Amino acid sequence: MSKTITIDGKIIPFEDGQTIMDAAMAAGVYIPHLCHQPEFTPHGSCKLCTVNVNGRNCSACTFPALEGQDILNETEELIEDRKKITQMLFVEGNHFCPSCEKTGNCQLQAVAYHLNMLDNHFPLFYPDREVDASHAEVMIDHNRCIFCTLCVRASHEKDGKDVFAISGRGIHKHLIVNAKSGLLKDTDIDASDQAVHICPTGALLVKRTGYQVPIGERIYDHKQIDQVALAASGSRPVAALPPSMAVGTENIKHGE
Amino acid sequence: MANKIRVATTSLAGCFGCHMSFLDIDERMLQLAEVVEFDRSPITDIEHCTNCDIGLIEGGVCNSENVHVLREFRNNCKILVAVGACAINGGLPAMRNHIPLEECLNEAYLDGIGVENPKIPSDIELPLLLNQVHPIHEIVKIDYYLPGCPPSADVFWKFLTDLIEGREPSLPYELVHYD
Repeated sequence: MSKTITIDGKIIPFEDGQTIMDAAMAAGVYIPHLCHQPEFTPHGSCKLCTVNVNGRNCSACTFPALEGQDILNETEELIEDRKKITQMLFVEGNHFCPSCEKTGNCQLQAVAYHLNMLDNHFPLFYPDREVDASHAEVMIDHNRCIFCTLCVRASHEKDGKDVFAISGRGIHKHLIVNAKSGLLKDTDIDASDQAVHICPTGALLVKRTGYQVPIGERIYDHKQIDQVALAASGSRPVAALPPSMAVGTENIKHGE
Repeated sequence: MANKIRVATTSLAGCFGCHMSFLDIDERMLQLAEVVEFDRSPITDIEHCTNCDIGLIEGGVCNSENVHVLREFRNNCKILVAVGACAINGGLPAMRNHIPLEECLNEAYLDGIGVENPKIPSDIELPLLLNQVHPIHEIVKIDYYLPGCPPSADVFWKFLTDLIEGREPSLPYELVHYD
């Protein structure tokens, strides 16, 4: 008899060692996330996957699944919390979608669409950040970095290169590259490295590829990120999903 | 017809692209005109807002005149709507925000390639530029947001018909785009 947890009342099986996120994804239950990718060590920094476990809020990507957990995922309150977190990610950087070549393929944008985020709510920071276009094939636009550390983990765990790291704390946090000059051109990064392709936003880009697929025909232009993420993870839905919490038809009045 | 819904529109630090997209509702404009009357708007050339039901604001706030116009709309419109990326987050004009204003003016009017008769415009009629471009929700209370660069004609249509027919406006997934 396999062990189970419940998510929004639905019984989900899990195996020892799985996180709540692993069990949910495997069962076809989407929990919004940005800093998590199944094949990388969980980091738990973006907090979008916050779920309520037996009355306490936890990050689903780092919290182990344990027998009998009663988990809330798509509640009005958690959806509102996730929307506020996403709005904070937007206002802390410079996210100008109309001029970004990642638009339509961007997970930050796609999560915001999924949450029916229509405004930024908070005052915008307009931080002063650099673009590093020194490398022949790869560029970094620091304006769009959300410090998810996926490139840090991918470079270390998959590419075996340690090109990236996060430096500084709080509002001074920033992505650095492993070169005396601080420039990408002086690293051993290659356009085929996983670190370059794992970026959920338009912060890390391969040059001269941005408009190969026209705007309007990109991944999230027609498919929601929950469908895309679950399909990519090869999940097996355990039962018919309950109707999602009216994402997309939600009230667009300014939430205050 | 009496008691038409009164709508005012303006473009602040915008490109009028949102207004052009609004006009893309095409023949539905005739249906709209049966129940809606335009007050201050580039469509009517009326210079100042009087009491309105809906105010549509395109563009962010980049100069002193934008601030005055935005406040005039807030004072006169029951429902104020931020239309398009620039009204919502400053948009492309806000990409000047990390460049000092003096450098922007020097580049545009003195040092830029191809500038003739270099001189920074200083006519007293010109509104003064703000140091930074701001989204409109930082200046006045905004009731609704229509994202997009521009929002599609269907976004305008969905939003206005929801409001006119007494429904709480909502945008389904396929109408929400930031680009």
